[in-house]
Amino acid sequence: MTEPLIYEISRPGRCGCFLPEMEVPESALPQEYVRKDLPLPEVSEVDLVRHYIRLSQINWGVDVGFYPLGSCTMKYNPKVNERACRIPGLVKTHPYQDEATVQGNLQLMYELQEALAEIGGFSAVSLQPAAGAHGELSGILIMRAYHHARGDTRRNKVLIPDSAHGTNPASTTMSGFVMVQIPSDARGNVDLEALQAACDDTVVGLMLTNPNTLGLFDENIMRITEMVHGCGGLMYGDGANLNALLGIFKPAELGFDVMHYNLHKTFSTPHGGGGPGSGPVGVVEKLAKFLPGPIVAKAGDAYKLVMPEASIGRVKSFYGNFGVMVRAYTYIKMLGAEGLRQASEDAVLNANYLQAHLKHVYPLDHDRYCMHEFVLRGQIPGAPDVHALDISKRLIDLGYHPPTNYFPLIVPEALMIEPTETESKETLDEFVAAMKQIAEEAKTDPELLHSAPHVTPVGRLDEVKAARELRLRWIPEPE
Amino acid sequence: MTYVPHSDADRKAMLADIGAKTVGELFQVVPEEVRYPLLNLPRAMSEVEILRELQAMSERNADVGHNLCFLGAGAYNHYVPSVVDHIVSRSEFFTAYTPYQPELSQGTLQALFEYQSMMCALTGMEVVNASHYDGATAAAEAVIMAVSVGRGKRHKVIVSPFLHPEYRETIRTYTQGMELDIAGDESAANTLDVLTGMLDKQTACVIVQNPDFLGRMASPAVLSNLAEAAHAAGALFVVSANPVSLGLLVPPGEYGADIVVGEGQPLGNELNYGGPYLGYFACREEYVRKMAGRLAGETVDVHGKRGFVLTLSTREQHIRREKATSNICTNQALCALAAGVHLAALGKCGVRQIAELNYHRAHYAAERIDALSGYSVDRSEPFFNEFIVSIPIAPAKLNERLLEKGIVGGYDLGKDYPDRAGQMLFCVTELNSRRDIDCLIDALAEVA
Repeated sequence: MTEPLIYEISRPGRCGCFLPEMEVPESALPQEYVRKDLPLPEVSEVDLVRHYIRLSQINWGVDVGFYPLGSCTMKYNPKVNERACRIPGLVKTHPYQDEATVQGNLQLMYELQEALAEIGGFSAVSLQPAAGAHGELSGILIMRAYHHARGDTRRNKVLIPDSAHGTNPASTTMSGFVMVQIPSDARGNVDLEALQAACDDTVVGLMLTNPNTLGLFDENIMRITEMVHGCGGLMYGDGANLNALLGIFKPAELGFDVMHYNLHKTFSTPHGGGGPGSGPVGVVEKLAKFLPGPIVAKAGDAYKLVMPEASIGRVKSFYGNFGVMVRAYTYIKMLGAEGLRQASEDAVLNANYLQAHLKHVYPLDHDRYCMHEFVLRGQIPGAPDVHALDISKRLIDLGYHPPTNYFPLIVPEALMIEPTETESKETLDEFVAAMKQIAEEAKTDPELLHSAPHVTPVGRLDEVKAARELRLRWIPEPE
Repeated sequence: MTYVPHSDADRKAMLADIGAKTVGELFQVVPEEVRYPLLNLPRAMSEVEILRELQAMSERNADVGHNLCFLGAGAYNHYVPSVVDHIVSRSEFFTAYTPYQPELSQGTLQALFEYQSMMCALTGMEVVNASHYDGATAAAEAVIMAVSVGRGKRHKVIVSPFLHPEYRETIRTYTQGMELDIAGDESAANTLDVLTGMLDKQTACVIVQNPDFLGRMASPAVLSNLAEAAHAAGALFVVSANPVSLGLLVPPGEYGADIVVGEGQPLGNELNYGGPYLGYFACREEYVRKMAGRLAGETVDVHGKRGFVLTLSTREQHIRREKATSNICTNQALCALAAGVHLAALGKCGVRQIAELNYHRAHYAAERIDALSGYSVDRSEPFFNEFIVSIPIAPAKLNERLLEKGIVGGYDLGKDYPDRAGQMLFCVTELNSRRDIDCLIDALAEVA
């Protein structure tokens, strides 16, 4: 089943909206300003609804089934969050209203800042960044501002382990710095010798994801932070993997100076098919004055928006993705400290359970307890032509969203699996059975994997053609 | 309540398979001195309690559902048709991740492709991506893209003083490590002519807003001249535009824009106290490989059937990641879906009608306000749905008094433009009926 484009169901003269009357006399319109035509589709409301509902039916979400997409924390999104963020008195507020008229919003933001700071062990949080990568950019700019404020403008190197998230290098380049990649050692930790060699007085800081993208907690974390601080650098924590550590440890207590949070991963706000997310950034006290803003401060019983004293500036208009904040606030309030810790414990339990059952079927490079995710090789002894991609596509036939493929780059044929805490033992057992079935099929009937998926509205798509012969919008066929 | 399904028996069985005695064993690697800190958070709440708390918080707000709203300045109070929330509430859409597995994500991909197509039509451009965070970050990314198109050899960026003040700030924040020379907005006297005169061989781009932050529209002929001058200097011409205005106005693609950006919130997205919004981003096809952000593209599957994929996606995270000029990953896809549904619901005629409602009702309001004693409206240049009003008392005072009468008033222009102290920007949309406008007139007459 495929669905025609909205343009292909368009018929002249239809409209899916009832608009108010003009009610006022019309004013003159300078004709040279007015456009001649506007080639948009024309559809009735019922046709519009059916079109988009049919599109939704050829889409996979957490509410449809298991979504073990590593690094993305596809946990269940509680429905109360969706009700909360639609409360009219929150939704229908304008960002430029006088502060006295939005005290409810500001209180919510203030309390969320406080809760996130407590969870991370930080002194202050800005909710403004709209996504993880946006928080990352903010974080590096904060590190830059810190060094510059001390008159130290020589530092230009950002150290990034090869097990870091993919956006770290780009964020570094955007900030005008150069990245220096630090290799991992045989146990999946940061290679200490390489780190020591790179630590000098030109280091801005180290961007560390811990647990890293192999799902491993770095066994030398205290040494690492000591070394980086020792050369005057700062520790940046990539909070994309925070779901492993709520109430387990506070990143600031490990020596992290700045970290972003992904509200759309850890704090159960939905991913929306790509966004919106929210990427607040938390810092230790000496960095608080550099935060992007405005942020919310409390004065007596009143809340107000303030710009931190030496802010890097605003990183977007207004104050952040408020609607996402409402969802995360609701989640944190419903779980409380114990619930958050339970979530992290079960996330790690689930990942280790899958790892224990799958490591004998697919190669595992680092055989030790993982945190909330782990990385297998999509390589099957006796099936040399089968790749991670084939395994992934066959999983679709069996009713699963595939794991993350080919990331992290340091594991060949990577299959990065993150079950999250919201999946039951039965779901995990069934997934293990499916992965075992595929490993068998790879040996007995590899073509079944190569030609997968078989059950979707479209088969494997030609991505090379898409990139070479760009078709990025609908263009009517010539008559 | 933790949304975790395990019973203690489940946990025990799972630990046995793992070969661990306790869950704590899995965390032995965490240094003991920091393990299991006390989290000082409020006690856990039930659904009933949290919703009650949020409802109480919302009642500490004076929202625009209970008050008339004449405030715009970058965030707009438009009607969001019921179908929009119905569609974006489909959890197959909102609980999906970025469509990395296209066979399972044709819904999101096709909806984004349709959004891109409709936004191309609206802006008159050849390519629109699947969204940026908001209008401000889209503007900043446009500047960075222009610098990249200039191969990093052009360091000057000319910014109109009437580009949204927060967009100008965001451009500066984004580029603080790039050693750019950002000029043009240092004086409110810098008209489009003055900006044209600043173009030189060092200029990567000139960025203007139309209708500008003060609501004023420049004529397509004037903008076309600026585009030609920019091109003659080898610079790109970047335009930020309110998408609702493009229902009526000549689109930037027709007067020579190379990149068009803007705040897409007015299309199908609620005010939401400033976010989540929708940065739309359009460019000419020749620059598409320099464009940041995701793109849905059409292709075929192994059987030759039409399908959609994310394309040109190797730029940020994958292959040449340290050479990338942007780090954007997560975007505002659901907001783009909302905008797409809104555009499709309104369609060819509806989008035009909404724009006309905004235009004519704003002009009706402006005329009535201008006739009030003590108030005057700047009508020296054509405007769309926002206009400048000189008022007889302090703006904060005026808004305070208006609120007492159930009206959220305008934007104080003196905050950003010292020469405009005592002037406010008022906005009128299709949500302001004639009766609402008449209420505003009566209130303005009464308070000053």
